Amino acid sequence: MSYDNELYQQVILDHNRNPRNFHEIKDASHSCHGVNPLCGDDITVYLNVAEEEGLIKEVSFLGSGCAISKASTSLMTTFLKGKNIEIARKTKEEFHKMILGELDPEQEEHSLGKLTLFMGIREYPSRTKCASLAWHALICALDKKNEGISTE
Amino acid sequence: MSDSNTVATGNPVIDVEKIRKDFPILSQTVRGKPLIYLDNGATTHKPLRVIERMRKFDSEEYGTVRRGAYKLCEHSTQLYENGRKKVAQFLGADKSGEIVFTSGTTQAINLVAHSFGKRFINRDDEIIISNIEHHANTVPWQILCEERGAKLKVIPVNDEGELVMEEYDKLLSNKTRIVAVNHVSNALGTINPVKEITQKAHAAGSKVLIDGAQSTPHMKLDVQDIGCDFYTFSGHKMYAPSGIGGVYGKMELWEEMPPYVTGGDMIMQVTLEKTTYAKPPARFEAGTPPISQVIGLGEAIEYLNEIGMDNIAAYENSLLEYGTSLFNDIEGVRIIGNARHKAALISFYVDAAHPHDVVTLLDQDGISCRGGHHCAQPTMIRYGVPATTRASMAFYNKTEELDALAESIKKCIRFFSE
Repeated sequence: MSYDNELYQQVILDHNRNPRNFHEIKDASHSCHGVNPLCGDDITVYLNVAEEEGLIKEVSFLGSGCAISKASTSLMTTFLKGKNIEIARKTKEEFHKMILGELDPEQEEHSLGKLTLFMGIREYPSRTKCASLAWHALICALDKKNEGISTE
Repeated sequence: MSDSNTVATGNPVIDVEKIRKDFPILSQTVRGKPLIYLDNGATTHKPLRVIERMRKFDSEEYGTVRRGAYKLCEHSTQLYENGRKKVAQFLGADKSGEIVFTSGTTQAINLVAHSFGKRFINRDDEIIISNIEHHANTVPWQILCEERGAKLKVIPVNDEGELVMEEYDKLLSNKTRIVAVNHVSNALGTINPVKEITQKAHAAGSKVLIDGAQSTPHMKLDVQDIGCDFYTFSGHKMYAPSGIGGVYGKMELWEEMPPYVTGGDMIMQVTLEKTTYAKPPARFEAGTPPISQVIGLGEAIEYLNEIGMDNIAAYENSLLEYGTSLFNDIEGVRIIGNARHKAALISFYVDAAHPHDVVTLLDQDGISCRGGHHCAQPTMIRYGVPATTRASMAFYNKTEELDALAESIKKCIRFFSE
């Protein structure tokens, strides 16, 4: 069973079914609760950051939502583990530009790695927030905005 | 059910293939597939004659209304007021002056909440809504209650999506000032017993507003028979343009109510010291209104009248029955809202996939459905779902489209279950 579109690729479906790092970090140094009030996507991102080196030692999430939001968050956690927080912030910018169609990973330099799987989102403007919620929550957690964020 | 595009009597009350030719947009393709449009609860498409009537008005007849003693203005004013007359007749109002034009139902309810609220709502008064209202019939009343120190009471719903009338009886008291409920729920399709609701409210001394956004396109209406004090509607949900809608109100109430938006056209006289207000409906229509849209609305009403609202209701009901039995046969699909009296709208939840994933995949097959909370979050909370997928039908839909929808949903379930 397949559809003629780039959105729901096997890796995305797999991360939706079996999300990675899907648990709470009890003693997280950073966390943020992100919601998309338009569709009810609701996730919390947890981080353990080694402050001195600025390294993300641990990252996880919990929550519920559509396949795109869940897979995006899951893939984000696998991408971030062991990365420097400055890289994390830069990747968020690149990811956001890619899903808005402002960065073409096939033509331009980037450090998105496997995250280019979400390139197809640019054809579906109504779904960009599903993919970006995780990254907004990440930045919110890094900024220690404990009040949480909303895509709206 | 091969003959299900006609109603059971065997008479083709609605010749759907002929009707479809009236709507230019229905012949297009989406992502290479024929468009199957099932988001009529959000907005409906326009028959060519509505589009043509507005084009003719804009290119040959357009002028401002209610001022200027020259031909174009006088002609426009006459057409505009004719539009009001058509709405009044369509809703069964006594006088056309009881119809106030607004941009749609949202603004209509805000108008009543502000103006009626300012005049009649005081501390410790009570306002009753239901658990299955659109946010447009929830938020204005919440804000009004906060501002005036009044209390908001909510009629609960049963598992089928019907208002629990015994609980409504208990909520009514001599403190109730207004009951505001929809005629048809946009999230579940429930048709509410608005006449009974109105009679009970009046017996308690309360006024009644009925949100008719989802009912006006689908059934014959008689606001005087219902007896309600206000009845709202949106043009773009009844085959007319967006940006126009309005509210019927009893004249004796309009006369007592202060203006909401102020400025030109709503005044009797303005001096630098004091302003006196025009009589209704002008009092509530400050500024230059959407004129072409009113002409388009009038044309849409004529079109609906020619087809016949009873025919539309009967045909759409046959679509609802057909769609409901199809959906009941799909494993892993739950219909949310199974009221005994329902409009042609099926809200459903697919266990295998989130509604947003469902609608994206339906769109791959050319099918437009809504996935979300339908601006009715309290309803979603009541039924324990984050959102639903909604197929809302119109008399230009046909059973073959519902077959295609059912097949597409099955395909989507298989896709997410692999």
